[in-house]
Amino acid sequence: MISLLFQQVLTGLANGGIIALIALGYTMVYGVVELINFAHGDVFMLGAFLALTIVGLLGAPFVAEHPALCLSLLFVVVPLGCGSINLLIDRLAYQPLRSAPRLVVLVSAIGVSYILLNIGLFWGGVPMEVFNGGVSASAPKDFPSLISSAPLLSNSDLYISFRDLFVFCVTIPLLISLSLLVNRTRFGRSMRAVAQDPIAAQLCGIHSDTVIRWTFFLGGALAGFASVVYALYNNTIFFQMGYRVGLDAFTAAVLGGIGSLAGACIGGLAIGLIRALSDQCIATSWTNAVVFSVLILILLFRPSGILGRSFREKV
Amino acid sequence: MRGFVKRALAYFHQDSSKLIPFLFLLALVALPPLAMVWESLSVFVESLCPILVFGVLVSGLHLVTGTTGALHLGVAGFMALGAYTFAILASPVYPFQLSWAIALCGSAVVGALSGLLLGIPTLRLRGDYFAIVSLGFGEIVQDALRNMEPLTKGTIGINPLPGPQFLENGFGAPLGKVGWFYLLLAMVWVAVGLIVLIERSSLGRSWAALRDDELAARCMGISVNRSKVYAMVLGSALCGVAGGLWASYLGATGEPGNYDLQISVVVLCGLILGGIGNIWGSILGVFIMVGFNSLVLTRLTTLLTEAGIVSSGSVITSPMNWKYIIFGLSLVVLMRFRPDGLFPASIRRTGRLADKLSRDEAVS
Repeated sequence: MISLLFQQVLTGLANGGIIALIALGYTMVYGVVELINFAHGDVFMLGAFLALTIVGLLGAPFVAEHPALCLSLLFVVVPLGCGSINLLIDRLAYQPLRSAPRLVVLVSAIGVSYILLNIGLFWGGVPMEVFNGGVSASAPKDFPSLISSAPLLSNSDLYISFRDLFVFCVTIPLLISLSLLVNRTRFGRSMRAVAQDPIAAQLCGIHSDTVIRWTFFLGGALAGFASVVYALYNNTIFFQMGYRVGLDAFTAAVLGGIGSLAGACIGGLAIGLIRALSDQCIATSWTNAVVFSVLILILLFRPSGILGRSFREKV
Repeated sequence: MRGFVKRALAYFHQDSSKLIPFLFLLALVALPPLAMVWESLSVFVESLCPILVFGVLVSGLHLVTGTTGALHLGVAGFMALGAYTFAILASPVYPFQLSWAIALCGSAVVGALSGLLLGIPTLRLRGDYFAIVSLGFGEIVQDALRNMEPLTKGTIGINPLPGPQFLENGFGAPLGKVGWFYLLLAMVWVAVGLIVLIERSSLGRSWAALRDDELAARCMGISVNRSKVYAMVLGSALCGVAGGLWASYLGATGEPGNYDLQISVVVLCGLILGGIGNIWGSILGVFIMVGFNSLVLTRLTTLLTEAGIVSSGSVITSPMNWKYIIFGLSLVVLMRFRPDGLFPASIRRTGRLADKLSRDEAVS
């Protein structure tokens, strides 16, 4: 029983690490422009499709021969691609609305999310071998397992594979370097300044627009990393996954306190754990409902999240 | 009578944003008789029925989003609750077997109660948090309906469901296409009429005040939370009624997954397209949006398939697969160039004028 629980906790933490990476994108963008970037989950989905396309272009024999080279290529190209997509979205859909009411921008974000969803559907119809020749575009696609799932440790009911470890090997260094970037660098300082007060930051000589753009890029890049790890860990991708996983990540960001980076990490791990335990102890079919109930309960009793600060509206 | 006409004229006077949709709704009354003369119109009588249900649904959404400005992404959840309540109360498979009208009232009551339960704690939240909570509520409802198999029959849904018996008994025949059309059109008119009346009451004026500036409304002594909750309860009741009508019209509730975010977003698109805050415009907006989805895209797909342009294997050529892009683009473009919609509410216009004035003042 204990080892079964441990197994679930491990799976939960691994998925939680992925959720945390996406949640960081939500929370960073919210920090600087106060927008729930509804399309962020779909950027994550496009990242997974980009990764599968790259694997398809390289060809199965090449991938089987040089898995390390292939992995490093994925970890460079996909985050760059996702960051650029996010940058483009900001330029086209959000930047013209900087001074508009918040709901206007939010509705625009919902629109972008739907456009990306449709692009994902079409992408699944690309006639490539990895997409099953593009026959049934909306069906889930198999992602080749580049990371071995051979057990590192296994007895009758505990099974820890290299793949579980791999997730932590990617997420933890990423989280540490992000925290260094935000807390120790000049760019991080200007980002925090813009988050506090964009106009005051501008008065201090910080180019707010550039900082906002880079924040979008950074958030998208994190979603790109997350999408590669997700695809390698779960071995299946589908075009609606941006919505599902994105909602989990958003819940995580709110749980941790939106705008707080450490909060997003804690929230991501917590949501991963809640999902795994709910799968185990309640039923898989209720898990989504459990996660949303958690979200509603948090917003009721602690609207600013675990680490968030509460604000009072000033006249 | 003359006083009423006078007041109605004053209501529409020089306000094309209300008048055009009003004339459109009025023209719909004449559609079935015209369809008898011109056969080609009779297709519309049948295919407009589902859209009329969406008309009731958008009036529910209007009460929440249009009047208070809280973005509501969970109307499909309330619609599902209304549909299942109606089904359980009226279906011959269940022991209650209440009459059509009472079951529909049940839908309204369940909608209102769940709106109350969700609204009291969540409407205090900031606008964008409320959007996510309502979205989450819609997802929970779907999952709950799917999982509570003994009560809701899981993914099969509940069928058969009765139509309105009072007409069946009166005329001895089940309700035909034209009967349904007039029944649903009457429901839309009742919903719109109710909203117009409420908006002219003190409650409606408090909604307008808090949509324009919540803080200022609070300073004027308006109990912001209470009026928001009233809007949520009334709106959810209308969504519940829309769900009941939907299930009754289809004769089945269908799968819980049918009441998904897509419905909420389509209705929201319609509301925004028509003009947030203008109930008349919103109704016309939802007609355009849902009509485009269910009439134009479906027709285009059949035409192209018959012409041999669309093959079943390819996703890109089928117009149905373009609908998300079309919804998304319409939202983005509308927000960019016309955030007040095609028929902006007159209150909004003065609001923007006031914005402009204060900006000019700040410059000088």
